[in-house]
Amino acid sequence: MRRGPLLVTFLSGAAVAALFFIPNYKAQAVNNKLLEWTLVVYAFALILGSMSLWNSHARKLKVRAEGWPFSLVTLVSLVVITVLGIWKGVDEGSPVGRIYNTVNSPLASTMFALLAFVIASAAFRAFRARSVEATLLLITAIVMMIGRVSIGPIISPHLPGITEWLLDVPNLAAKRAIAIGVGLGAVSTALKIILGIERSYLGRS
Amino acid sequence: MTWARKVLSIDRRYIFLLVAAGVVLPLLRPLNLPITVTPRVQAAYDAIDALPPGSKVLLSMDYEPDIMAELFPMSVAVLRHCFKKHLQVIAMTLYPAGTGLGQQALHTAAKAEGAVLNKDYAWLGYKSGFQVVMIGIGENLRGMYPVDFYGTPLDSIPVTRGVNSYRQMAMVINLSGSSATDYWIQFAQGRFHAPLVVGCTAVMATDYYPYLSSKQILGLVGGMKGAAEYERLIGILGDARRGMDAQSLVHVIVALLVILGNLALFVSKRAGEDLGGRPAGSMTR
Repeated sequence: MRRGPLLVTFLSGAAVAALFFIPNYKAQAVNNKLLEWTLVVYAFALILGSMSLWNSHARKLKVRAEGWPFSLVTLVSLVVITVLGIWKGVDEGSPVGRIYNTVNSPLASTMFALLAFVIASAAFRAFRARSVEATLLLITAIVMMIGRVSIGPIISPHLPGITEWLLDVPNLAAKRAIAIGVGLGAVSTALKIILGIERSYLGRS
Repeated sequence: MTWARKVLSIDRRYIFLLVAAGVVLPLLRPLNLPITVTPRVQAAYDAIDALPPGSKVLLSMDYEPDIMAELFPMSVAVLRHCFKKHLQVIAMTLYPAGTGLGQQALHTAAKAEGAVLNKDYAWLGYKSGFQVVMIGIGENLRGMYPVDFYGTPLDSIPVTRGVNSYRQMAMVINLSGSSATDYWIQFAQGRFHAPLVVGCTAVMATDYYPYLSSKQILGLVGGMKGAAEYERLIGILGDARRGMDAQSLVHVIVALLVILGNLALFVSKRAGEDLGGRPAGSMTR
Protein backbone atom coordinates (compact mmCIF):
# COMPACT_ATOMS: atom_id res chain seq x y z
CA MET A 1 0.00 0.00 0.00
CA ARG A 2 2.89 2.34 0.73
CA ARG A 3 4.71 1.75 -2.55
CA GLY A 4 2.71 4.44 -4.36
CA PRO A 5 3.58 7.36 -2.01
CA LEU A 6 7.18 6.14 -1.76
CA LEU A 7 7.50 6.04 -5.55
CA VAL A 8 5.97 9.54 -5.91
CA THR A 9 8.35 10.85 -3.24
CA PHE A 10 11.37 9.24 -4.90
CA LEU A 11 10.51 10.44 -8.41
CA SER A 12 9.55 13.99 -7.46
CA GLY A 13 12.44 14.40 -4.99
CA ALA A 14 15.05 13.01 -7.39
CA ALA A 15 13.65 14.97 -10.34
CA VAL A 16 13.59 18.35 -8.53
CA ALA A 17 17.08 17.77 -7.10
CA ALA A 18 18.45 16.85 -10.55
CA LEU A 19 16.66 19.71 -12.34
CA PHE A 20 18.27 22.22 -10.00
CA PHE A 21 21.68 21.35 -11.49
CA ILE A 22 20.64 21.06 -15.17
CA PRO A 23 20.85 24.46 -16.91
CA ASN A 24 19.14 23.25 -20.15
CA TYR A 25 16.07 25.42 -20.92
CA LYS A 26 13.80 22.41 -21.44
CA ALA A 27 14.78 21.03 -18.05
CA GLN A 28 14.16 24.43 -16.49
CA ALA A 29 10.73 24.60 -18.17
CA VAL A 30 9.85 21.28 -16.52
CA ASN A 31 11.21 22.61 -13.23
CA ASN A 32 9.03 25.74 -13.52
CA LYS A 33 5.98 23.62 -14.22
CA LEU A 34 6.67 21.55 -11.12
CA LEU A 35 6.99 24.77 -9.10
CA GLU A 36 3.61 25.92 -10.42
CA TRP A 37 2.14 22.65 -9.19
CA THR A 38 3.53 23.47 -5.76
CA LEU A 39 1.40 26.63 -5.72
CA VAL A 40 -1.68 24.51 -6.44
CA VAL A 41 -0.73 22.21 -3.57
CA TYR A 42 -0.38 25.28 -1.30
CA ALA A 43 -3.87 26.45 -2.30
CA PHE A 44 -5.36 23.04 -1.47
CA ALA A 45 -3.44 22.97 1.81
CA LEU A 46 -5.13 26.27 2.72
CA ILE A 47 -8.58 24.76 2.07
CA LEU A 48 -7.63 21.63 4.01
CA GLY A 49 -6.31 23.75 6.89
CA SER A 50 -9.52 25.80 7.04
CA MET A 51 -11.64 22.63 7.04
CA SER A 52 -9.48 21.10 9.78
CA LEU A 53 -9.80 24.29 11.86
CA TRP A 54 -13.58 24.23 11.40
CA ASN A 55 -13.94 20.55 12.34
CA SER A 56 -11.70 20.83 15.38
CA HIS A 57 -13.48 23.85 16.87
CA ALA A 58 -16.98 22.71 15.86
CA ARG A 59 -16.36 19.47 17.78
CA LYS A 60 -15.28 21.43 20.88
CA LEU A 61 -18.37 23.61 20.60
CA LYS A 62 -20.69 20.63 20.19
CA VAL A 63 -19.52 18.86 23.36
CA ARG A 64 -19.05 22.14 25.25
CA ALA A 65 -15.40 21.25 25.89
CA GLU A 66 -13.25 23.41 28.14
CA GLY A 67 -12.69 26.83 26.53
CA TRP A 68 -15.57 26.39 24.05
CA PRO A 69 -16.34 30.15 23.95
CA PHE A 70 -12.91 30.65 22.34
CA SER A 71 -13.84 28.08 19.70
CA LEU A 72 -17.04 30.02 19.04
CA VAL A 73 -15.05 33.24 18.56
CA THR A 74 -12.68 31.42 16.17
CA LEU A 75 -15.52 30.02 14.06
CA VAL A 76 -17.45 33.31 13.94
CA SER A 77 -14.24 35.16 12.96
CA LEU A 78 -13.47 32.60 10.25
CA VAL A 79 -16.93 32.91 8.70
CA VAL A 80 -17.23 36.70 9.03
CA ILE A 81 -13.77 37.46 7.60
CA THR A 82 -14.17 34.97 4.74
CA VAL A 83 -17.62 36.31 3.76
CA LEU A 84 -16.58 39.97 4.09
CA GLY A 85 -13.37 39.36 2.16
CA ILE A 86 -15.17 37.71 -0.76
CA TRP A 87 -18.04 40.22 -0.70
CA LYS A 88 -16.29 43.55 -0.07
CA GLY A 89 -12.66 42.82 -0.96
CA VAL A 90 -9.53 43.06 1.19
CA ASP A 91 -8.26 46.55 0.36
CA GLU A 92 -7.17 48.91 3.17
CA GLY A 93 -10.50 50.76 3.24
CA SER A 94 -12.64 47.61 3.11
CA PRO A 95 -14.30 46.13 6.23
CA VAL A 96 -11.63 43.38 6.31
CA GLY A 97 -8.92 46.03 6.09
CA ARG A 98 -10.48 47.99 8.95
CA ILE A 99 -10.87 44.85 11.10
CA TYR A 100 -7.23 44.02 10.36
CA ASN A 101 -6.02 47.48 11.39
CA THR A 102 -8.22 47.88 14.47
CA VAL A 103 -8.41 44.32 15.83
CA ASN A 104 -5.85 41.90 14.39
CA SER A 105 -2.88 44.23 14.30
CA PRO A 106 -3.17 45.61 17.90
CA LEU A 107 -4.01 42.16 19.33
CA ALA A 108 -1.02 40.45 17.70
CA SER A 109 1.33 43.27 18.76
CA THR A 110 -0.01 43.16 22.32
CA MET A 111 0.51 39.41 22.60
CA PHE A 112 4.12 39.79 21.51
CA ALA A 113 4.69 42.83 23.75
CA LEU A 114 3.70 40.76 26.80
CA LEU A 115 6.96 38.86 26.26
CA ALA A 116 8.89 41.83 27.69
CA PHE A 117 7.15 41.40 31.05
CA VAL A 118 7.49 37.62 31.13
CA ILE A 119 11.16 37.74 30.10
CA ALA A 120 11.96 40.38 32.75
CA SER A 121 10.37 38.28 35.49
CA ALA A 122 11.88 35.00 34.23
CA ALA A 123 15.36 36.55 33.89
CA PHE A 124 15.19 37.82 37.49
CA ARG A 125 14.16 34.43 38.87
CA ALA A 126 15.92 31.91 36.66
CA PHE A 127 19.06 33.49 35.15
CA ARG A 128 21.58 32.29 37.74
CA ALA A 129 25.37 32.06 37.80
CA ARG A 130 25.41 28.42 38.97
CA SER A 131 28.51 27.32 37.04
CA VAL A 132 31.42 28.82 35.10
CA GLU A 133 29.57 28.40 31.80
CA ALA A 134 26.38 29.94 33.19
CA THR A 135 28.40 32.86 34.61
CA LEU A 136 30.04 33.48 31.22
CA LEU A 137 26.64 33.39 29.53
CA LEU A 138 25.20 35.75 32.13
CA ILE A 139 28.03 38.29 31.78
CA THR A 140 27.81 38.14 27.97
CA ALA A 141 24.05 38.61 28.08
CA ILE A 142 24.31 41.66 30.33
CA VAL A 143 27.06 43.21 28.18
CA MET A 144 24.98 42.59 25.02
CA MET A 145 21.76 43.91 26.58
CA ILE A 146 23.39 47.16 27.64
CA GLY A 147 25.93 47.53 24.83
CA ARG A 148 23.44 47.14 21.99
CA VAL A 149 21.09 49.94 23.07
CA SER A 150 21.48 53.70 23.05
CA ILE A 151 22.34 53.93 26.74
CA GLY A 152 25.36 51.60 26.33
CA PRO A 153 27.97 54.18 25.20
CA ILE A 154 26.82 56.51 28.01
CA ILE A 155 27.48 53.82 30.64
CA SER A 156 30.85 52.92 29.11
CA PRO A 157 32.36 54.01 25.77
CA HIS A 158 33.96 50.52 25.49
CA LEU A 159 30.65 48.62 25.56
CA PRO A 160 29.71 49.01 21.86
CA GLY A 161 33.20 47.82 20.83
CA ILE A 162 32.95 44.77 23.09
CA THR A 163 29.50 43.87 21.71
CA GLU A 164 30.78 44.24 18.14
CA TRP A 165 33.67 41.87 18.95
CA LEU A 166 31.29 39.36 20.54
CA LEU A 167 29.10 39.44 17.44
CA ASP A 168 31.91 39.38 14.91
CA VAL A 169 34.16 36.72 16.44
CA PRO A 170 32.59 34.15 18.82
CA ASN A 171 29.07 34.55 17.41
CA LEU A 172 30.21 34.35 13.78
CA ALA A 173 32.32 31.24 14.43
CA ALA A 174 29.46 29.46 16.22
CA LYS A 175 26.89 30.44 13.59
CA ARG A 176 29.10 29.17 10.75
CA ALA A 177 29.58 25.84 12.50
CA ILE A 178 25.83 25.53 13.12
CA ALA A 179 25.00 26.50 9.50
CA ILE A 180 27.36 23.85 8.09
CA GLY A 181 25.99 21.22 10.48
CA VAL A 182 22.38 22.08 9.66
CA GLY A 183 23.14 22.04 5.92
CA LEU A 184 24.73 18.58 6.07
CA GLY A 185 21.87 17.35 8.26
CA ALA A 186 19.26 18.66 5.81
CA VAL A 187 20.98 16.92 2.85
CA SER A 188 21.18 13.68 4.82
CA THR A 189 17.49 13.84 5.87
CA ALA A 190 16.38 14.70 2.31
CA LEU A 191 18.32 11.72 0.91
CA LYS A 192 16.82 9.42 3.53
CA ILE A 193 13.29 10.57 2.60
CA ILE A 194 13.90 10.34 -1.17
CA LEU A 195 15.40 6.86 -0.86
CA GLY A 196 12.57 5.67 1.39
CA ILE A 197 14.75 5.05 4.45
CA GLU A 198 12.90 7.67 6.52
CA ARG A 199 9.17 6.89 6.30
CA SER A 200 7.65 8.58 9.37
CA TYR A 201 5.86 11.12 7.12
CA LEU A 202 3.64 8.28 5.87
CA GLY A 203 2.04 7.89 9.30
CA ARG A 204 1.73 4.81 11.50
CA SER A 205 -0.83 2.67 9.64
CA MET B 1 14.05 36.98 56.86
CA THR B 2 17.06 38.82 55.37
CA TRP B 3 16.80 41.40 52.59
CA ALA B 4 18.14 38.75 50.19
CA ARG B 5 15.35 36.33 51.03
CA LYS B 6 12.78 39.11 50.62
CA VAL B 7 14.22 40.00 47.20
CA LEU B 8 14.11 36.38 46.05
CA SER B 9 10.46 36.01 47.00
CA ILE B 10 9.30 39.32 45.53
CA ASP B 11 5.89 39.27 43.85
CA ARG B 12 6.44 39.26 40.10
CA ARG B 13 3.73 41.91 39.67
CA TYR B 14 6.21 44.46 41.06
CA ILE B 15 8.59 43.47 38.24
CA PHE B 16 5.78 43.91 35.72
CA LEU B 17 5.10 47.40 37.15
CA LEU B 18 8.78 48.28 36.88
CA VAL B 19 8.93 47.16 33.24
CA ALA B 20 5.70 49.02 32.45
CA ALA B 21 7.19 52.22 33.95
CA GLY B 22 10.36 51.65 31.92
CA VAL B 23 8.33 51.42 28.72
CA VAL B 24 5.76 54.15 29.32
CA LEU B 25 7.78 56.95 30.95
CA PRO B 26 10.35 57.43 28.13
CA LEU B 27 7.52 57.41 25.58
CA LEU B 28 5.72 60.17 27.50
CA ARG B 29 8.89 62.09 28.28
CA PRO B 30 11.61 61.25 25.69
CA LEU B 31 15.19 61.05 26.93
CA ASN B 32 16.62 61.59 23.42
CA LEU B 33 19.48 59.16 23.95
CA PRO B 34 22.11 59.33 21.20
CA ILE B 35 21.97 56.76 18.39
CA THR B 36 25.34 55.48 17.13
CA VAL B 37 25.38 53.92 13.67
CA THR B 38 26.91 50.42 13.42
CA PRO B 39 28.92 49.31 10.34
CA ARG B 40 26.26 46.82 9.19
CA VAL B 41 23.47 49.40 9.04
CA GLN B 42 25.84 51.88 7.42
CA ALA B 43 26.63 49.22 4.79
CA ALA B 44 22.91 48.68 4.09
CA TYR B 45 22.37 52.44 3.78
CA ASP B 46 25.41 52.87 1.51
CA ALA B 47 24.33 50.00 -0.78
CA ILE B 48 20.88 51.55 -1.30
CA ASP B 49 22.24 55.08 -1.47
CA ALA B 50 24.68 54.12 -4.25
CA LEU B 51 21.89 53.05 -6.64
CA PRO B 52 21.27 55.52 -9.47
CA PRO B 53 17.86 57.27 -9.56
CA GLY B 54 15.23 55.30 -11.47
CA SER B 55 16.68 51.92 -10.45
CA LYS B 56 14.12 49.21 -9.73
CA VAL B 57 14.23 47.75 -6.23
CA LEU B 58 12.25 44.72 -5.06
CA LEU B 59 11.16 45.11 -1.42
CA SER B 60 9.66 42.10 0.33
CA MET B 61 8.09 42.90 3.71
CA ASP B 62 7.72 39.41 5.16
CA TYR B 63 6.27 39.97 8.62
CA GLU B 64 2.99 40.12 10.49
CA PRO B 65 1.67 42.46 13.22
CA ASP B 66 3.32 40.57 16.11
CA ILE B 67 6.74 41.99 15.21
CA MET B 68 5.63 45.25 13.64
CA ALA B 69 7.21 47.25 16.48
CA GLU B 70 10.62 46.34 15.05
CA LEU B 71 10.00 45.94 11.33
CA PHE B 72 7.33 48.51 10.52
CA PRO B 73 9.51 51.57 11.36
CA MET B 74 12.32 49.83 9.44
CA SER B 75 10.06 49.44 6.38
CA VAL B 76 9.02 53.07 6.51
CA ALA B 77 12.64 54.25 6.89
CA VAL B 78 13.93 52.09 4.00
CA LEU B 79 11.00 53.10 1.78
CA ARG B 80 11.52 56.79 2.54
CA HIS B 81 15.19 56.42 1.65
CA CYS B 82 14.24 54.75 -1.64
CA PHE B 83 11.72 57.46 -2.46
CA LYS B 84 14.17 60.23 -1.51
CA LYS B 85 16.67 58.66 -3.94
CA HIS B 86 13.95 58.37 -6.64
CA LEU B 87 14.29 54.58 -6.76
CA GLN B 88 11.29 52.68 -8.11
CA VAL B 89 10.04 50.19 -5.54
CA ILE B 90 8.24 46.96 -6.36
CA ALA B 91 6.83 45.87 -2.99
CA MET B 92 5.40 42.51 -1.95
CA THR B 93 4.86 40.24 1.06
CA LEU B 94 5.06 36.48 1.59
CA TYR B 95 2.77 36.57 4.65
CA PRO B 96 -1.04 36.74 4.39
CA ALA B 97 -1.34 39.05 7.40
CA GLY B 98 1.52 41.17 6.08
CA THR B 99 -0.62 42.70 3.36
CA GLY B 100 -2.18 45.35 5.58
CA LEU B 101 1.17 46.30 7.11
CA GLY B 102 2.89 46.51 3.72
CA GLN B 103 0.17 48.81 2.44
CA GLN B 104 0.38 50.98 5.55
CA ALA B 105 4.17 51.25 5.27
CA LEU B 106 3.92 52.21 1.60
CA HIS B 107 1.20 54.81 2.27
CA THR B 108 3.10 56.32 5.22
CA ALA B 109 6.40 56.58 3.33
CA ALA B 110 4.75 57.72 0.09
CA LYS B 111 2.82 60.45 1.91
CA ALA B 112 5.97 61.71 3.62
CA GLU B 113 8.05 61.76 0.44
CA GLY B 114 5.34 62.59 -2.11
CA ALA B 115 5.65 59.26 -3.95
CA VAL B 116 2.83 58.11 -6.21
CA LEU B 117 1.38 54.59 -6.62
CA ASN B 118 2.41 52.93 -9.91
CA LYS B 119 4.68 55.84 -10.84
CA ASP B 120 7.15 55.50 -7.95
CA TYR B 121 6.08 52.21 -6.45
CA ALA B 122 3.98 49.14 -7.20
CA TRP B 123 2.26 46.91 -4.66
CA LEU B 124 2.07 43.24 -5.62
CA GLY B 125 0.52 42.10 -2.33
CA TYR B 126 0.67 38.56 -0.93
CA LYS B 127 1.63 35.35 -2.67
CA SER B 128 1.98 32.00 -0.87
CA GLY B 129 5.07 29.79 -1.02
CA PHE B 130 8.47 31.18 -0.11
CA GLN B 131 10.94 29.51 -2.48
CA VAL B 132 8.36 29.00 -5.25
CA VAL B 133 7.70 32.73 -5.42
CA MET B 134 11.40 33.64 -5.24
CA ILE B 135 12.35 31.22 -8.03
CA GLY B 136 9.26 32.26 -9.99
CA ILE B 137 10.32 35.93 -9.90
CA GLY B 138 13.77 34.88 -11.11
CA GLU B 139 12.29 32.95 -14.05
CA ASN B 140 9.32 35.09 -15.04
CA LEU B 141 7.80 37.82 -12.84
CA ARG B 142 4.54 37.87 -14.81
CA GLY B 143 4.09 34.12 -14.43
CA MET B 144 4.06 34.65 -10.69
CA TYR B 145 2.27 38.04 -10.64
CA PRO B 146 0.16 38.61 -13.81
CA VAL B 147 -1.52 41.54 -11.99
CA ASP B 148 -0.69 43.69 -8.95
CA PHE B 149 -2.63 43.73 -5.65
CA TYR B 150 -5.31 45.98 -7.18
CA GLY B 151 -5.77 43.79 -10.28
CA THR B 152 -3.83 46.03 -12.69
CA PRO B 153 -1.73 44.10 -15.27
CA LEU B 154 1.98 44.64 -14.65
CA ASP B 155 2.54 45.94 -18.19
CA SER B 156 0.12 48.80 -17.45
CA ILE B 157 2.17 49.91 -14.43
CA PRO B 158 5.15 52.17 -15.24
CA VAL B 159 7.21 50.81 -12.34
CA THR B 160 6.93 47.17 -13.44
CA ARG B 161 6.92 47.73 -17.21
CA GLY B 162 9.95 45.96 -18.71
CA VAL B 163 10.74 44.13 -15.46
CA ASN B 164 10.71 40.37 -16.04
CA SER B 165 13.05 39.01 -13.38
CA TYR B 166 15.80 39.91 -10.93
CA ARG B 167 17.98 40.87 -13.91
CA GLN B 168 16.04 44.12 -14.30
CA MET B 169 16.16 44.84 -10.57
CA ALA B 170 19.13 46.69 -9.12
CA MET B 171 18.58 45.24 -5.67
CA VAL B 172 16.39 43.01 -3.52
CA ILE B 173 15.60 44.20 0.02
CA ASN B 174 14.10 41.71 2.42
CA LEU B 175 12.63 42.84 5.75
CA SER B 176 11.61 39.73 7.61
CA GLY B 177 10.91 38.21 10.99
CA SER B 178 11.18 34.60 9.85
CA SER B 179 13.11 32.05 7.81
CA ALA B 180 11.98 33.85 4.64
CA THR B 181 15.36 35.60 4.76
CA ASP B 182 17.19 32.26 4.46
CA TYR B 183 15.29 31.55 1.26
CA TRP B 184 15.97 35.01 -0.17
CA ILE B 185 19.67 34.38 0.43
CA GLN B 186 19.51 30.89 -1.10
CA PHE B 187 17.46 31.73 -4.16
CA ALA B 188 17.43 35.47 -4.98
CA GLN B 189 21.12 35.89 -4.13
CA GLY B 190 22.57 32.36 -4.39
CA ARG B 191 20.82 31.21 -7.53
CA PHE B 192 20.00 34.45 -9.35
CA HIS B 193 22.87 36.60 -7.97
CA ALA B 194 20.62 39.53 -7.05
CA PRO B 195 22.31 42.07 -4.71
CA LEU B 196 20.56 41.62 -1.37
CA VAL B 197 20.08 43.81 1.70
CA VAL B 198 18.44 42.27 4.77
CA GLY B 199 16.47 43.75 7.66
CA CYS B 200 15.29 41.48 10.47
CA THR B 201 14.33 41.35 14.15
CA ALA B 202 17.09 41.85 16.73
CA VAL B 203 17.05 38.20 17.85
CA MET B 204 17.48 37.02 14.26
CA ALA B 205 20.29 39.38 13.34
CA THR B 206 23.13 37.20 14.64
CA ASP B 207 22.03 34.39 12.29
CA TYR B 208 22.97 36.48 9.26
CA TYR B 209 26.45 37.65 10.22
CA PRO B 210 28.12 34.80 8.27
CA TYR B 211 26.33 35.93 5.07
CA LEU B 212 27.49 39.47 5.67
CA SER B 213 31.13 38.49 5.97
CA SER B 214 30.84 36.30 2.85
CA LYS B 215 29.31 39.32 0.99
CA GLN B 216 26.15 37.34 0.19
CA ILE B 217 24.24 40.18 1.80
CA LEU B 218 25.36 43.77 1.39
CA GLY B 219 24.01 45.17 4.64
CA LEU B 220 22.06 44.14 7.71
CA VAL B 221 19.54 46.21 9.67
CA GLY B 222 18.74 44.44 12.94
CA GLY B 223 15.73 45.19 15.13
CA MET B 224 14.45 48.50 16.38
CA LYS B 225 18.03 49.63 17.06
CA GLY B 226 18.92 49.06 13.41
CA ALA B 227 15.78 50.88 12.31
CA ALA B 228 16.65 53.79 14.61
CA GLU B 229 20.15 53.94 13.11
CA TYR B 230 18.63 53.95 9.62
CA GLU B 231 16.26 56.77 10.62
CA ARG B 232 19.26 58.73 11.86
CA LEU B 233 21.11 58.15 8.60
CA ILE B 234 18.23 59.50 6.50
CA GLY B 235 17.64 62.33 8.97
CA ILE B 236 14.16 61.56 10.26
CA LEU B 237 12.73 61.12 13.76
CA GLY B 238 10.49 58.09 13.41
CA ASP B 239 8.93 55.46 15.65
CA ALA B 240 12.20 53.52 15.99
CA ARG B 241 14.18 56.46 17.39
CA ARG B 242 11.32 57.30 19.73
CA GLY B 243 11.09 53.64 20.82
CA MET B 244 14.81 53.27 21.52
CA ASP B 245 14.59 55.26 24.78
CA ALA B 246 12.04 52.77 26.13
CA GLN B 247 14.03 49.78 24.88
CA SER B 248 17.23 51.12 26.47
CA LEU B 249 15.56 51.63 29.83
CA VAL B 250 13.94 48.19 29.83
CA HIS B 251 17.26 46.54 28.94
CA VAL B 252 18.88 48.32 31.89
CA ILE B 253 16.01 47.24 34.20
CA VAL B 254 16.34 43.58 33.10
CA ALA B 255 20.15 43.67 33.52
CA LEU B 256 19.81 45.19 37.01
CA LEU B 257 17.18 42.62 37.96
CA VAL B 258 19.47 39.76 36.87
CA ILE B 259 22.38 41.21 38.89
CA LEU B 260 20.13 41.79 41.91
CA GLY B 261 18.70 38.27 41.72
CA ASN B 262 22.16 36.71 41.62
CA LEU B 263 23.45 38.93 44.43
CA ALA B 264 20.47 38.00 46.61
CA LEU B 265 20.97 34.30 45.90
CA PHE B 266 24.68 34.55 46.75
CA VAL B 267 24.02 36.38 50.03
CA SER B 268 21.19 34.01 50.90
CA LYS B 269 23.40 30.94 50.37
CA ARG B 270 26.25 32.47 52.34
CA ALA B 271 23.85 33.07 55.25
CA GLY B 272 22.85 29.39 55.01
CA GLU B 273 19.18 30.23 54.62
CA ASP B 274 16.66 27.51 54.02
CA LEU B 275 15.23 28.15 50.57
CA GLY B 276 12.11 26.15 51.25
CA GLY B 277 13.10 22.91 49.51
CA ARG B 278 12.74 24.45 46.03
CA PRO B 279 15.28 26.12 43.83
CA ALA B 280 15.98 29.65 44.93
CA GLY B 281 14.21 32.19 42.82
CA SER B 282 11.66 29.79 41.36
CA MET B 283 8.25 31.22 40.47
CA THR B 284 6.31 31.61 43.69
CA ARG B 285 3.36 33.62 42.47
